[in-house]
Amino acid sequence: MKAIRVLFTILSFGLLSAPVFADDMAPDVLVKKVTDEVLAVVRADKDLQNGNTKKAIDLVETKVLPHFNFTRMTALALGREWSKTSAEQKTRLTNEFRILLVRTYSNALTAYKDQTVEYKPFKMQAGETDVTVRTLVHQTNGKHIGLDYALDKQADGWKVYDVVVAGVSLVTNYRESFTQEIRANGVDGLISTLAAKNKGLEAAAAGKK
Amino acid sequence: MDKKVAKRFGMFALATALLAGLSGCASTANNPKDPLEGFNRAMFSFNDGLDKAIIKPVAQGYDYVLPQPVQTGVGNFFGNIADVFIAVNNLLQGKPADAASDAGRFLLNTTIGVLGVFDVATPAGLEKHDEDFGQTFGRWGVGEGAYVVWPFIGSRTVRDTAGYVVDVAVDPVWNVDHVPTRNSLAVLRLVDTRASLLPAEKVIDDAALDKYTYMRDAYLQRRKSLVYDGNPPREKLED
Repeated sequence: MKAIRVLFTILSFGLLSAPVFADDMAPDVLVKKVTDEVLAVVRADKDLQNGNTKKAIDLVETKVLPHFNFTRMTALALGREWSKTSAEQKTRLTNEFRILLVRTYSNALTAYKDQTVEYKPFKMQAGETDVTVRTLVHQTNGKHIGLDYALDKQADGWKVYDVVVAGVSLVTNYRESFTQEIRANGVDGLISTLAAKNKGLEAAAAGKK
Repeated sequence: MDKKVAKRFGMFALATALLAGLSGCASTANNPKDPLEGFNRAMFSFNDGLDKAIIKPVAQGYDYVLPQPVQTGVGNFFGNIADVFIAVNNLLQGKPADAASDAGRFLLNTTIGVLGVFDVATPAGLEKHDEDFGQTFGRWGVGEGAYVVWPFIGSRTVRDTAGYVVDVAVDPVWNVDHVPTRNSLAVLRLVDTRASLLPAEKVIDDAALDKYTYMRDAYLQRRKSLVYDGNPPREKLED
């Protein structure tokens, strides 16, 4: 009986403490923490540096994905077409777009392994729910690239909904191609195109080894 | 110098005429944001082919042979030359403080940084800026105009094409009188720039559904961001 109570206490403690921690983390702290963790893993792992895509994807899935809001990303990429899609289409779109973005991001990670990241000063008004955290990636060739994250506050903490590289949003950059595809082949056409693209990338990555 | 500028303007006029002629027949224009799409796609594949056949292999060789610090030095050297007109553009855009900082960078890097090979100004707190005449025109309120892919030169809007003509006319490298030196410098700069883009390439290849559209929209977004010095009006869900 006592053992059960102890177990219960441990369990509830574990359940409570983790999300509270993420909740409380300020957006700039969160970005810094995740970036530092991921870069530390990349720098210590030869496979990742040599472009092992599967390992990079695993890393992104475990470390980065929990902090991304893919539904909002997909909505942002579709623009006004988003409201015209069914709930089922939204789920499928979000899923395929997530796979594509994870792969893109994983590739970027292994390509820029020797980078150092500078965090721009971050200010936030009390009660703000939508912010941008700006960073500067210094490359070994002396050049630097702006890398900004847009985050919004959700019930379980701050979530990234846009990544802007050198002034180019990885999300809204798809809007024209998505709109074109929807006009030509409908929403289901776009979903099939994305699925085919993802399959092709997976096959290419598998064939390389 | 005047003759050279005139020659370049002549080439620009010729290219414009060529473009006007071609765009007449290239009527795949179903996208109002890209009225020259047919012509642009043709030029895009031409440039892509040229890149695959010559420029990229050379850049890969350069990247393979030269140690990273040497590449950094080359990049810094050309970056330092560019700082002069970055200062001028900042001044023309009404940002005297940034212009002064750019001029300071040039003085510091040319002297202590040994003709610009070492960038000592950045660690000293003088941040590197990115400006050109296309951005200055944008800052003055000139609209972008149509998106154009030029042979050899690549993506530009009409506004940025005009800016590019001025950039080239005042470019210290293109104004070196000794022609072999001028050409060697221009090629070296091109190869160095191309080499620095090698890591980005796989990312773009994997990310794009259609490489032409992806590159076009990235170019337009980037230019807009640059005109606003990295703080463009945010795109909304319904834009």
